[in-house]
Amino acid sequence: MDKTVPDFATALAGIEDGMSLMVGGFGGSGAPIELIHALIDRFKATGSPKGLTLINNNAGNGRVGLAAMIDAGMVAKMICSFPRSADPRAFTEKYLAGEIGLEIVPQGTLAERIRAGGAGIPAFYTPASYGTDVAEGKPVAEFDGKHYVQERWLKADAALIKAELADRLGNLTYRKAARNFSPLMAAAAKLTIVQASRIVEPGEIDPEIVVTPGIFVTRIIEIADAKQEEALMREGVAYS
Amino acid sequence: MSTKLSNAQIAWRAAQDIEDGAYVNLGIGFPEMVAKFQPPGRQAIFHTENGVLNFGEAPPEGEEDWDLINAGKKAITLKPGAAFFHHADSFAMVRGGHLDVAILGAYEVAENGDLANWSTGPKGVPAVGGAMDLVHGAKRVAVITDHVTKDGRPKLLKACTLPLTGIGCVTRVYTSLAVIDIENARFVLREKLPGMSVDELQSVTGAELVLPDTIGDLVAPEL
Repeated sequence: MDKTVPDFATALAGIEDGMSLMVGGFGGSGAPIELIHALIDRFKATGSPKGLTLINNNAGNGRVGLAAMIDAGMVAKMICSFPRSADPRAFTEKYLAGEIGLEIVPQGTLAERIRAGGAGIPAFYTPASYGTDVAEGKPVAEFDGKHYVQERWLKADAALIKAELADRLGNLTYRKAARNFSPLMAAAAKLTIVQASRIVEPGEIDPEIVVTPGIFVTRIIEIADAKQEEALMREGVAYS
Repeated sequence: MSTKLSNAQIAWRAAQDIEDGAYVNLGIGFPEMVAKFQPPGRQAIFHTENGVLNFGEAPPEGEEDWDLINAGKKAITLKPGAAFFHHADSFAMVRGGHLDVAILGAYEVAENGDLANWSTGPKGVPAVGGAMDLVHGAKRVAVITDHVTKDGRPKLLKACTLPLTGIGCVTRVYTSLAVIDIENARFVLREKLPGMSVDELQSVTGAELVLPDTIGDLVAPEL
């Protein structure tokens, strides 16, 4: 078995119009910039994929990564907890113009919905949002004298993930705080596409330090000198 | 003496109540200042929602590693004994009752402990982040805030007027004028600025203050 692929076209095959797409990262930490930009390139060349539902903690920053995807007109809806950033212009303009949908989800609920999606748990109860506008329309139940809100699992057609090390079987490690949502998303998507800073042979990653086991990974592409979204932002890069 | 505490002084006062070894989450912005004012000899372990325990101060400019940030997307450093974890584990720490203290900012706090701190109404782009999770689970949920809004209206109220972050969740409020506990759905005055009368404080508070036998002086060093 070898999950590595040689190029972006192969890595991103199967991401089609109208799909839901989880994208790892919290702000710039863990954002798979090269995969995102390759998807934008494909859209510019072929007009697809468009009408995507994006799932990320945020909604892009500046003019790179998710913000560039929104700018390009590929995104119909964001599911996120915090669509603000140092430069949230891309999302804000489209949102205020009514050109993009928004489902706001408390951050821990977002993480747990994704975890549940990957774990085969269709719904769960959380104390977060009880009694607030965010809980409107959701079932509520009392357990041991306290109220909880029912939330549903969240799954996606595909996930884009940035890892540090990957072996050819898809076992992954992450760099510092960059793992954030990625291990959850890798399990919750049908098609999990990983960019790794380095690909190694099976056995070269100590099983004790594997964070995402290869069973959750579909394809891996090596991006040796991956860019960091925050660094691109600070350089004033605009991807188009 | 100034007529109210500065933000730094409010943060200093809140820091005095954090025990040695406590696990603490500080909200984005103003609450982050609390970390600077830990009393000598005490060391809290700070948690950030994006998946780090035991982080330290910001690195010097130019030495940032942007894979190593806090929930406010600011660069951080690690202390010895730090740990990384994914988001579901991070919020297990939050909702699962593992944090000792969460300190948040507020637009409004109600006498029953309701908190409004995520939305100022239907205009603009809503953004909630981790606040709705943080208000549940931490053993103490404290608020640090100016006592009144920029235009002088009370922020401590009978009932919140803005969209709620959580109901009945706040246990203590540190303001620019007072330290107030929320007990049995009432504001109980614990400390006030020594130069301020109870009547003056009551006049800028939107719900009745319960007055215990002893009310301490709220005194912070110049910072």
